[in-house]
Amino acid sequence: MKQTVFHQKHLDLGAKMGEFAGYDMPLYYDKGVLAEHLHVREKAGLFDVSHMGIVSFKGAGVLNFIEKLTPSSYRKLAEWGCKYSVLTNEQGGIIDDLIFTNMGESGYLAVINAGCKDKDITWFKQHLPDDVEMRVHDDRALLALQGPHAETVLSKILNIPLNDMAYMSAKAHVNDRFGVLLISRLGYTGEDGFEISVPNEKALNLWDSLVAEDAVEPIGLAARDSLRLEMGYPLYGHDLDDTTSPIEAGLSWVVSKNNEDCFGATRIQREKADGVTRKRIGLKLLDKGIAREGTELYSVTGEKIGVMTSGGHSPILSEAVGMGYVETSFSAVDTEIIAQVRGRNLRAVVVPLPFLEAKTKK
Amino acid sequence: MSALKYTKDHEVLKVDGDTAWVGITEYAQDALGDLVFIELPEVGRQVSKGDYFAVVESVKAASEIYTPVAGEIIEVNTALESDYDLIKQPIDKGWVIKIKITDTAVLNELMDQAAYDAYLKQVA
Repeated sequence: MKQTVFHQKHLDLGAKMGEFAGYDMPLYYDKGVLAEHLHVREKAGLFDVSHMGIVSFKGAGVLNFIEKLTPSSYRKLAEWGCKYSVLTNEQGGIIDDLIFTNMGESGYLAVINAGCKDKDITWFKQHLPDDVEMRVHDDRALLALQGPHAETVLSKILNIPLNDMAYMSAKAHVNDRFGVLLISRLGYTGEDGFEISVPNEKALNLWDSLVAEDAVEPIGLAARDSLRLEMGYPLYGHDLDDTTSPIEAGLSWVVSKNNEDCFGATRIQREKADGVTRKRIGLKLLDKGIAREGTELYSVTGEKIGVMTSGGHSPILSEAVGMGYVETSFSAVDTEIIAQVRGRNLRAVVVPLPFLEAKTKK
Repeated sequence: MSALKYTKDHEVLKVDGDTAWVGITEYAQDALGDLVFIELPEVGRQVSKGDYFAVVESVKAASEIYTPVAGEIIEVNTALESDYDLIKQPIDKGWVIKIKITDTAVLNELMDQAAYDAYLKQVA
C-alpha cells in the first residue's frame, strides 16, 4: 500500500489505520471519531490529505483547456482565487470534483481526489493541447487545518497575519522551516480553515509544529467523512460518479452560462434547460435508526424512488442524516419518504442541504 | 451453574440450562467506538444458527451481532434502547437477548474462557 510522508506520525500516534484509495491512512486516533468530530467543530483539527493529487497547468491555452475540462468559467477568477468545479466526461458524467486556484503566471493549480488521481491524469494527458504544459506535484504534501481556532494557530506558527485572507483564496508564503507553502483558505468540513501544501522534505516540521499546539488534534478520515456529511458536501465515488451529471448532483452553480463548450456540454445544457429525472437530496430519518450508503429509498406508497449515497449519524444534530438520489418528483423539501434498512421501513423526510450552516470565513 | 461460552465473532453467551444470555465480549465492545443506535429484535422471533439478531451502529459503522445457536428469543434487553453504552457492561447488565436454545449440543462447538483467551492472542 502507498504511504504519505506522515505515515510514521500516524503510527506513532496509535492511529487505527485503513486502506483509502490505495493509501494506508489514519481512520481515527486514540480519542475516537466522535471526539475528533467535535474537536474540529470546537477548536482545530489537523488532517493528512497528502493522498490527494496536485496538478498544475500553464501556457497560452490554459483557460480554454480548463474550460473544456469543466463546465465552469475562470475568466473572472482573480489571481489567487480558488474555484470548486467538476471534471466532466463526453456524456456529461462527473470524472472527479476538484478545486482550481489561479496562480497567476504559474498557471492554474488543481487539487484532485486520491481515488481519481490516475484516471484524471490519464484524461488530462489525453486531451492536453500543445500550448498547455502539465505538471504533477508529487513532491508536495498536503495538510488541512480546520476549525474555529485554525486561523489563530496557523497565524502564530507562520508568524503572519491571516485575518485578511478571504474564503476560497490562496497565497504563497516562504518560511525557513517549512519551505515554500501554498496556503488556501478552504476545506471539507464547513469550518473556517486552511489547506497547506508543503514540500515533502519540510512537511514533518509543519506537522510537528501544528500538533504541538494545544488547540490542535490530529483527525482521521472517519471524522473527515462525518464532518463533510453534516455539510452535505458530496464525496466522489459515493455521491458523485461517472454517470452523474452536475445538474443531477445539485451542482448547477458550478455550470457557467459562459461555458457551453466543455466535455458533456450537450447533456449539461439540456438538463439545465429541461430539468433532470433524478436529483441529489438531503434527508433526515424521522424514525430511530441509521441509514447508510446503499439504503434503498421508497415513496410512502411503496414505489422505489432512489438510493442513498451517503449516510450516518450527525454528532452535532444527534440525528441520522444522509444524502441520495431520488426521482425528481420526490425531491422537494419536506417530502416524506421511506428508507428501507435491513427490511425495516424507516420514515424519512427530504431536507435542504447543508444540514448545518457553514462557518467558513465570511 | 452458568458457564460463559464464546464465538469467533466475539459474542459471549451465559448459559443456564437451555437458556443463554447473549452479549458481546470486551474485545468487541472496545472495537465498537462511539455508539449511536442499537437495533433490537422482537421477543418471540425464531432464529437459526448464524442469524444476526441485532445491529450496533457506531459513528463509523454498523456491526451485526450473530447468534451461534438456534432458538427462540424469549427476552430482549430494552434498557439498551435508551442507554446504548450498557452493551459495554459485563453480560449480566450488557446482555442483548435471552434465547431458548433448540439444541444445547451446539454449545459444545463454542469456546470456553481459556480457548477464547488463546484465540484473542491469535487475532490481536
